[in-house]
Amino acid sequence: MSGGVDLNGVSADFGTFRAVDKATVAIKPGEFFSFLGPSGCGKTTILRMISGFVMPSEGTIHIGGEDVRDIRPNKRPTVLIFQNLALFPLMPVWENIAFGLEVRGVAKAVRRAKAEELLRLVDLPGAADKAISQLSGGQKQRVAIARALAVEPKVMLLDEPLSALDLKLRQHMRAELRAIQKRTNVTFIYITHDQGEALAMSDRVAVMSHGRLQQVATPQEIYNRPANGFVASFVGENNVFEGRVETDGAGAVFRSGSGVFRVSLGPGVSAATPAKLYVRPEQTRLVDVSPPGLNSIPVTVADVAFEGNFINIQVQNGDGRPLVVEARNDGAGKVPPPGSAMNLVFDPAHSIVLADEKVPAAGASA
Amino acid sequence: MRDLFTRYGGPLTAAFVALSAFWLLALVILPYLYLFENSFRPYLPVVEMGGPKDVYSLNNYLTFFQSPIHIHVFFSTILYSSLVTILCFMIAYPLAFYLSKVAKPSVVPTLFLLLLIPLWVSEILRSFAWFIILALKGPLNFGLIGLGIIETPIRWLSGFRSIVIGLVYTYVLFMLFPLYNAVQSLDTNQIEAAQDLGSPWWRIHWRVILPHSKPGIASGAVMVFMLSAGSILVPTLLASTTSRWFTEIIQQWMFESQDWNTGSAYAFLLLLLCTVFVTVVMRIFRVSLADIAK
Repeated sequence: MSGGVDLNGVSADFGTFRAVDKATVAIKPGEFFSFLGPSGCGKTTILRMISGFVMPSEGTIHIGGEDVRDIRPNKRPTVLIFQNLALFPLMPVWENIAFGLEVRGVAKAVRRAKAEELLRLVDLPGAADKAISQLSGGQKQRVAIARALAVEPKVMLLDEPLSALDLKLRQHMRAELRAIQKRTNVTFIYITHDQGEALAMSDRVAVMSHGRLQQVATPQEIYNRPANGFVASFVGENNVFEGRVETDGAGAVFRSGSGVFRVSLGPGVSAATPAKLYVRPEQTRLVDVSPPGLNSIPVTVADVAFEGNFINIQVQNGDGRPLVVEARNDGAGKVPPPGSAMNLVFDPAHSIVLADEKVPAAGASA
Repeated sequence: MRDLFTRYGGPLTAAFVALSAFWLLALVILPYLYLFENSFRPYLPVVEMGGPKDVYSLNNYLTFFQSPIHIHVFFSTILYSSLVTILCFMIAYPLAFYLSKVAKPSVVPTLFLLLLIPLWVSEILRSFAWFIILALKGPLNFGLIGLGIIETPIRWLSGFRSIVIGLVYTYVLFMLFPLYNAVQSLDTNQIEAAQDLGSPWWRIHWRVILPHSKPGIASGAVMVFMLSAGSILVPTLLASTTSRWFTEIIQQWMFESQDWNTGSAYAFLLLLLCTVFVTVVMRIFRVSLADIAK
């Protein structure tokens, strides 16, 4: 039943503002695919183009192999779950869910049965006759999902549907959404600015900025091998060093104000390009004596925040530059006291040098 | 009250209260009470007033129920006021939808201004203007014949036609504004969600927009209906030989017969019967007064 979505050089212009700039991506059938980016990056516009509410100014969109250019939203095999869910408050739960079937002329008894079946699927049995206003946030969420599933879409589009929920419920619904997606095997396209959501739920993630796709890859690749500085700094935390790349006999070296480090190079980085070094806090350790083979920076511990499952240690190097070390809480309770002089070490394999290009703004060039 | 006092001090608070009380008592409650009291007393020559014949009775009200013509006029007033209300809704709903969901927000104030400009002209002048427009050899017939829509001129100023046209024109905005507010308060995502689920446009209106707008429709309908049924100017100016409006009968009692007692009784009957009618209709459409107040 599910279908893929192919965007081919798709752009969207609002007047002189280019919201999406030549997006090309092939979303596979049955995939859980996320568009991740800060607000205003164009991700919602992409969703609205797929659902048919916004016409692309160039490029083509294929859903399940079919060009949908001239197909209106009410005829597309997609369903959009709105950020505010947009449930119909004057209809009881079951009529909400069965609305898409009512539109298709399905008999009332069949609609009712289907609504109750879907309510069981989303783990909300017995709510059929409730009013929307009687439901909690998480229950409304489930009704919105059931309403979308009722029309058996090839593609389900979700516009930050979890953003209104509190943290606990959000984490629970993440797993729930993922489970529903696996059970129904419908292609899910998910929009979010929350990297945790995108990484935890998706098969693949597209990171967007200024209307452009910065990287399309699996969550692991996005996090471990970011394609550029924007992806590295938007997804997760980093210690960033400015400097330049040099090569010696043994490989690449990064020369910065904090020292000279052995590093791995990101795509398209050479000695000629201006670049920055990114090191994740959890890839660093504090030691008294640095072992050979690791990069080392002498630092002073400034502040320690005990977060429970990990310990966040703020340190400063010789120039007073703040760096962050994140250590797992191994239960030993070993926390260096503030003021102690130690060495921050990291593995060359777990640090990456990325080209220091300004992320191009699509709006400015259009 | 205490809040008002601390904020504005004694003299100003006293002035506010006195003015509000004057408006409510002298301009609303007392005239009604006077007419209400009069409606139960017989119409007597001045010398007999306060005499043995001047006793309270329901005779003035019974006069209405004993005159079939007046009952007939009452029902045609109700019927044509209902027709005016329905026509106002049919005109105002598409307009309200266009203004609140289709038109660009930047042009909406201009459109509202265009709608309001006719209100700057007095109701009498506007009614006379319609009298001219609707005349047998007037511009409307001229235009319709010119466009080839009709062949012979229509006698607009006969029966209740001209009154209905005039009342719709006069009161359509009283339907438009509550309806606009109601439609505008609908989350546009709901319309898109219905569309996204495959709904054709008419079903979106029937299942989503109209149910949401019900309070607005109700308050607009009550307003247009009550104003129409109570209107005197339009039914008098755009009258034909066969049209009679209930307010005209009240006016006849009061000014032609000089019988304010029966006139008052008829006026209260109109208020009472219209209220009953509106209540019944609201019950049928399952709207409560609380919905309207929203």
